[in-house]
Amino acid sequence: MDYELIVIGGGPAGLAAAYAAWAKGLRRVLILERDRELGGILNQCIHNGFGLHRFKEELTGPEYAGRYIEMLKATGVEAKTDTMVLRITQDKCVSFLNPVDGYRTVRAEAVILAMGCRERTRGAISIPGARCSGIFTAGTAQRFLNIEGYLVGKRVVILGSGDIGLIMARRMTLEGAKVLACVELMPYSGGLNRNIVQCLRDYDIPLYLSHTVTDIVGKQRLERITISAVDADRRPIPGTELSFDCDTLLLSVGLVPENELSRQMDVEMDRRTNGPVVYENMETGVEGVFACGNVVHVHDLVDFVSEESSRAGEAAARYILEGETAKEPLLTVENGSAVSYTVPQRIRPAGVDKNVKLFFRVNRVFGKAVIRVRSGETQIACFKREHMAPGEMESVILPKALLPQGGVLTVSAEEVEA
Amino acid sequence: MDDVIIIGCGVVGAACAYALSRYELNVTVLEAGSDIAAGTTKANSAIIHAGYDPVPGTDMAKMNLEGSAMAEDICRRLDVPYERVGSLVLAFDAADLQCLQTLLERGQMNGVEGLKLLSGEEARAMEPNVSGQVQGALWAPTAAIINPWEYCLAMAETAVKNGVRLHRNCRVTDIRREQDGFLLTTTGGEFTAKYLINAAGVYADAVHELIGEKEFTIRPSRGEYYLLDKCEGQRVRHVIFQCPGKEGKGVLVAPTVHGNLIVGPTAGPCVPEDVSNTAEGLRQVCERAVKSVPTIAFRENIRNFAGVRAASDVPDFIVRESRSVPGFFQAAGICSPGLSAAPAIAKRLTELLSRSGLELHEKARYDDSRRRLRFTRLTEGEKNELIAKDSRFGRVICRCETVTEGEIVACLHTPIPPCSVNGVKRRVGAGMGRCQGGFCGPRVQEIIARELHMDPVDVMLEEKGSYILTGETKGGGARGL
Repeated sequence: MDYELIVIGGGPAGLAAAYAAWAKGLRRVLILERDRELGGILNQCIHNGFGLHRFKEELTGPEYAGRYIEMLKATGVEAKTDTMVLRITQDKCVSFLNPVDGYRTVRAEAVILAMGCRERTRGAISIPGARCSGIFTAGTAQRFLNIEGYLVGKRVVILGSGDIGLIMARRMTLEGAKVLACVELMPYSGGLNRNIVQCLRDYDIPLYLSHTVTDIVGKQRLERITISAVDADRRPIPGTELSFDCDTLLLSVGLVPENELSRQMDVEMDRRTNGPVVYENMETGVEGVFACGNVVHVHDLVDFVSEESSRAGEAAARYILEGETAKEPLLTVENGSAVSYTVPQRIRPAGVDKNVKLFFRVNRVFGKAVIRVRSGETQIACFKREHMAPGEMESVILPKALLPQGGVLTVSAEEVEA
Repeated sequence: MDDVIIIGCGVVGAACAYALSRYELNVTVLEAGSDIAAGTTKANSAIIHAGYDPVPGTDMAKMNLEGSAMAEDICRRLDVPYERVGSLVLAFDAADLQCLQTLLERGQMNGVEGLKLLSGEEARAMEPNVSGQVQGALWAPTAAIINPWEYCLAMAETAVKNGVRLHRNCRVTDIRREQDGFLLTTTGGEFTAKYLINAAGVYADAVHELIGEKEFTIRPSRGEYYLLDKCEGQRVRHVIFQCPGKEGKGVLVAPTVHGNLIVGPTAGPCVPEDVSNTAEGLRQVCERAVKSVPTIAFRENIRNFAGVRAASDVPDFIVRESRSVPGFFQAAGICSPGLSAAPAIAKRLTELLSRSGLELHEKARYDDSRRRLRFTRLTEGEKNELIAKDSRFGRVICRCETVTEGEIVACLHTPIPPCSVNGVKRRVGAGMGRCQGGFCGPRVQEIIARELHMDPVDVMLEEKGSYILTGETKGGGARGL
């Protein structure tokens, strides 16, 4: 066996997972990272707001990544950058390619999938109009500005109110561009409330809710876009068109977990998250293969990615050092009312230490609300919330003692009558 | 003075250049755009048609059959992705079944081999995802799928390798008769030749009328498409047509040689070069396509595009000498099946040139071959051998399509090097995948700038004016990409 553990991806998830696995006693750990540096998307997130939970202080993205990279330097974890993983088999042979080693296949006792996610593109939402230049996903524009040092435009409209789009509204403004509007299809923002305030309102950038881009005009470079209000079925309403003369359209229309490698190795997938189905310890349906971070479900905060990934790293160490987790009894977690997904999707009570943390998202905006966890018809726990929105990931902690020995758990959100 | 100038380097111009490059001639190709294969050639259904559609006896029918037969051989010689997957025309009712009968008879008159009428059950056995409503189908085993822009590039590159001169950014603005030939004024200088070939696509009428009288009018027709992720690429194994209507061959569903699924097109009049998508057009594509294949997952769409067919007011290809200008040969009105017919059109024009006095002597040395290195197709041993020689083949730039830096650098040093991000995409596939260049776009731009000694800010997406970057960030933070 070449390695005890191979971690696919050296972004925040992979770094935290590898570090935790080392801390729990593994000594032959390899991280494979496709970019030139470790740190993943954090390297281009030069704004602050990272680390409040994990390090109890406010860091920029590169600083947050730097903390983990420093922590790893003090270990014997090996990392190969500029390295693309092309294939993983169920018996954990990992084939990769880089300029130094060439095409190589190495084998491990356990694998952690930490490939992160990618941005949805114009094609994914089929925006009509011209295919001129000046249309970027927000993340690509962010890379050009923050890593490469180039501006992508001067008069900007942003479609989608996801966090990267909001951050870019502020970033482009600070670089001297005029951000004309942020346009959101849904009747609520898809990003964190703090970003709506700090990135749009503070700079007087109008937010058009329940609107979308219905035309793009430009012979070579983008010249003008048209937006329209949409009805309850998200269809454009004729007569509501509004045009903006602009040279740039940034798309912040959602993120998709990057699971091509997972699918290729036949890891069971969840259609709700577009990520692997995972157990309480972040193990996938393939024994000894774990997954964590945005490859499992798209997070809002890197701090929670690190926390989840630490659990995956620890679980991988435990799997290698102590053996597999008992498969029975088994609990399945399902969506109740107003919940769009849950992670983990399955719980093996035998694998739960003291408690299990359930992550989920609601599918609409709530004021005062209650989250109920039921086993069959019986409520086993309930949690109060002042406010919930699809753009903010929720979590609840279930003590081991409350877990039934099998069956189905449902998580639902309900309004509390005023 | 050149013997022949070819105006336009789409697939027809490239096929003409390739055909003429065999002979001891001075040939120049003038392309208006910054790259070749960038108009109608790059935006169509990517099908080599079997040839049962055109009316028997027309040039369309003859050249479709002859061109299709030539395509397989050219693709093998010049390393162009081509797969003879066959096609099915589906019938949903009695009128459609009657239409299949007509197509079968036409096909047989045109000389199409292997045509066969199938029952609905037989069609579904062959293609399990077609609709349960299908009553019958026409099977045409000779239909193929192809990479249309690589087909054009391969023929043009081979022509250039064998002495043909290609000038890009040369839009012809004036043509005059000189004593023993023509004088062409272009946006890139003046050129002279004894004979001219007009392969200007949607501008063929305008180019002809720079010197000739009106003989035909181009009626551009736009077709809109969906291109779906590779996870949908196995949805069908053959090209799936519906019965042709008054708007052409209708919406098809087909695998591509890249492994994606292509769905479209619509048909409707437009101005030349208007390749915008419309909400209505895209809606029509979806609605019509699910009639054939109800399970297409349009949520897996990665790109929409539109192409403009260079149809004309003549119900056939216009492949002949100008009536008003002797020595000026036309390849106009080349709508579908133009891609299939291209090499046959070139062959016909070569014959016409010869008849009109151009002497054709085959070159003693002619290199009729082309190979493109495709990293993913190599064995593990070959990959490592290559990386040991040049480590840039070990660095993946386009993650979705697994395109290495070595391949991108190599394409920038081919006989017709690209100078734009889309030009690189057409040559090596970087940016063609599911992230649509989101990750690799900046890296590709960096490599182009480095290899061609350009400022990254000057690297365009496609044509002049399609800039990607507007300058450096405050304080000149750029590290030169």
